[in-house]
Amino acid sequence: MSDPIQKVSIIVSKGSLEGVYPALIMANGARAEGIEANLFFTFFGLDVVHRSTVDHIKVATVGNPGLHLATMAGGLPGVSSVMTHYLEKKMEKLDIPPIHEFVEMIADTGAGIYACKASTDLFELTRDDLIEQVMDIITVGEFYAMAAGGEIIFT
Amino acid sequence: MPIATYAGMAVTINDEGFFEDPGQWTEAMAPEIARAQGIDELTEPHWQVIKFMRTEFAEKGTGPTVRVLGKTSGVSVKELYQLFPKGPAKMAAKIAGIPKPRGCI
Repeated sequence: MSDPIQKVSIIVSKGSLEGVYPALIMANGARAEGIEANLFFTFFGLDVVHRSTVDHIKVATVGNPGLHLATMAGGLPGVSSVMTHYLEKKMEKLDIPPIHEFVEMIADTGAGIYACKASTDLFELTRDDLIEQVMDIITVGEFYAMAAGGEIIFT
Repeated sequence: MPIATYAGMAVTINDEGFFEDPGQWTEAMAPEIARAQGIDELTEPHWQVIKFMRTEFAEKGTGPTVRVLGKTSGVSVKELYQLFPKGPAKMAAKIAGIPKPRGCI
């Protein structure tokens, strides 16, 4: 048997519901297995740690062939909200927490939550714009230093 | 199947160390299993979680996830990870003599 994984550093670059959940589930699952985990939110992934957007993460209904919905239909006003609501209901039944609660829970498991400096600069965000669970705004160099000796997962 | 001896009794465990038959478990075995997991002493909150695991398993046939534990056992997620650093649901299930919970959350 191979050596068990000791540490994972997960980069979240997407701001859509289907882009965010896999990373959160993997981070939470890592901690549940006793694996050290850090989450690094960059680019549109910053929406997950931004106070004003964390409760409004939506499914991408355009340009998402996996949804099996015509692009024209996906672009109609409200379709993204309806699909998001539908998925959220299904996830609730499976005991998957809403994104905001999930991030809080993951922070409570002892995982590190970080925001990317280049992205916060780009979107002109400061520490005060971010949810309290964010430990720090860090550079890519600091991220690599933190990720040393572990696995890096990009989502 | 591997055999382990806890509190002087031989029990059947799987390759990961989880009990094959939760009926073989007794409270007297818990401290010894815990020590093997790196928990030197089982405190009152540890027991609260272990007993909750047993009750949930008896009722539902599977151990609770960390989220369920955090919401209903009376011990917060933060505290759960302090009590069981290598994963609360997994460690507590092992110490409580029930199968490893298979949920992803």
